[in-house]
Amino acid sequence: MDSTTLNTSFMEKIDADLNIEPKDSMPEKYRTHLIRQISQHAHSEVIGMQPEGNWITRAPSLRAKQILLAKIQDEGGHGLYLYSAAETLGISREEMVEQLQSGKAKYSNIFNYPVLTWADIGAIGWLVDGAAIVNQVSLQRTSYGPYARAMFRICKEESFHQRQGYEIMANMMSGTPDQRQMAQDAMNRWWWPSLMMFGPHDSDSPRSGDAFTWKIKRKSNDELRQKFIDKTVQQAEVIGLSIPDADLAWNEERQCYDHGEINWEEFKRVINGNGPCNKQRIDHHINYHNEGAWVREAAEAYKNQLQEFK
Amino acid sequence: MATDTQLDLWEVFIQSKSGNHHTHAGSVHASDKQMALQNARDIYTRRNEGSSIWVVPSKYVTASNSEDADMLFDPSNDKIYRHPTFYVMPEGAKQI
Amino acid sequence: MTKQEALYTYTLRLGDNALIQGHRLSEWCSRGPILEEDLALTNLALDQIGRAQAFLKYAAHIEGQGKTEDDLAYKRGEREFYNNLITELPIGDFAYTIAKQLLISAFEFYQFSELSKSSDETIAGISAKALKEVRYHLVHAQDWCYRLGKGTPVSHKKLQQAFRELWMYTGELFEMDEIDQLLMQDGTAIDLMSLRPDWLNLVGSILADSTIVLPADTYMQTGSRKGIHTEYLGHLLSEVQYLQRAYPDATW
Repeated sequence: MDSTTLNTSFMEKIDADLNIEPKDSMPEKYRTHLIRQISQHAHSEVIGMQPEGNWITRAPSLRAKQILLAKIQDEGGHGLYLYSAAETLGISREEMVEQLQSGKAKYSNIFNYPVLTWADIGAIGWLVDGAAIVNQVSLQRTSYGPYARAMFRICKEESFHQRQGYEIMANMMSGTPDQRQMAQDAMNRWWWPSLMMFGPHDSDSPRSGDAFTWKIKRKSNDELRQKFIDKTVQQAEVIGLSIPDADLAWNEERQCYDHGEINWEEFKRVINGNGPCNKQRIDHHINYHNEGAWVREAAEAYKNQLQEFK
Repeated sequence: MATDTQLDLWEVFIQSKSGNHHTHAGSVHASDKQMALQNARDIYTRRNEGSSIWVVPSKYVTASNSEDADMLFDPSNDKIYRHPTFYVMPEGAKQI
Repeated sequence: MTKQEALYTYTLRLGDNALIQGHRLSEWCSRGPILEEDLALTNLALDQIGRAQAFLKYAAHIEGQGKTEDDLAYKRGEREFYNNLITELPIGDFAYTIAKQLLISAFEFYQFSELSKSSDETIAGISAKALKEVRYHLVHAQDWCYRLGKGTPVSHKKLQQAFRELWMYTGELFEMDEIDQLLMQDGTAIDLMSLRPDWLNLVGSILADSTIVLPADTYMQTGSRKGIHTEYLGHLLSEVQYLQRAYPDATW
């Protein structure tokens, strides 16, 4: 197929809201865009296991410990679904891991912030997973079939994550003064980074063009961010948490909240490697990846002895 | 390390309960059959989704080409006599 | 010692083994050799912590002082824990964890097979559920023993070394005292000593199939039945209990 025919038949499918499947012809740019986006998404899930994993051994009840473990396990599973979706585009997991460790591939900025107290576990579940879900729900309709199917499964499984975070915050807000203070402190530290998760303003987002034409992305950064804010402000009020934004106000005309300006300098600084935990997260990944090499080699060597498929 | 890999890719099919078809659930990485089954169990049946699992090395799955879709699937479009609705039942006759 | 006191301690032993073993397994989170194995180890940890919760809840009920399973997990000191020493040893490398898993799972397989027939209905019920989990844990550990034992010279050496180091902690699994004796009279408790030949056969055959030499019995470590532990347990508990100790008035 020459490139014009390819593009025409590809765009016909996109325009008809049909999914693109692995064996379909697709423009090279569509493929590379997807690989970048899906692998970044997968890396975020995997790196995201570290900050929360930090609190498994200190979870304050057996119930909380089990919930947190199950949640982090889900995140590993979601990373895995997403790596598989990316693999259908012709990139191997080895290559993706290499790109993560070399810094070529990014992961969500949010995981470069430290998880300091137990309330941070609540804030992450409530705000970070809350923000992620808003994004993921819209991605269930993304044009690439394997990505959409992974998102569908992820959304189904993630529905409890945000609730567990909100439950932790709610419990702490009805607890002792120390607990309330801890919860508000976590809110103060996680609110703005959560808003940054949606990425730059639509006016500054260089790639939104193609992603929209190809229906990889269905809603804009600002639309999704607004949805998250409107939903979360109400939940915060119910449990008595204040939002650390003096400019936050209900806009009667737009029927949604106006909010203060995000610190884009901080956003860029953290993306470029100078967040509080960037080095720690990647070092951790590299260390345990290297430590696991002899195990993987043993498994491969044993497979060769078994000759299961000869 | 030249020999380091992320192990092989396998496709996972889960039967949700006996009587149902095994349907494709996703993939896992594993080096042997037992590991593939166990990994599939740990990843795709955490919420009680399964009663039976099949795993197949992805490299042994052969897929049709989407460019051949018209050749492969369109010819069955007009074989309407394969559907019961094609046939006219005499009035008054009961459906079996 | 009354039967109630004996049963309380006996149930604590069962709960503490699960709690501490679950804790160590949970430390693998984000540290596994491959993402799939991370999830597998987490599943094992979840089984253990769920079991700990059930046994400790029952222990609190037996004690009858209105405590919860969390009170028992989070507010006892290191001399009041009765888990086997092997469960509290650090996770070490993957071979060490797998060796530990094999030794413990093989033991638990026989232990819960017998305990699921206990005359105490609650213990029998929790044990029947645990048995299903443990059968899977055993297969998981066994398959990894084959892979590591036969895989490469490096993995073989690490696994062999792990079994050698852990062997001295296996004697304690089968230790019995007056609590066991008392509770065996009405069929609540089981005869642990009698499980050892089967356990040794099973472990021996899996090790043989993994080309690993079964370590010789030498000195066996002991102490947990009296609450005497390794130094590792204190550190483990200070981590587990940190929030409950720092904020005694708070509920989470």
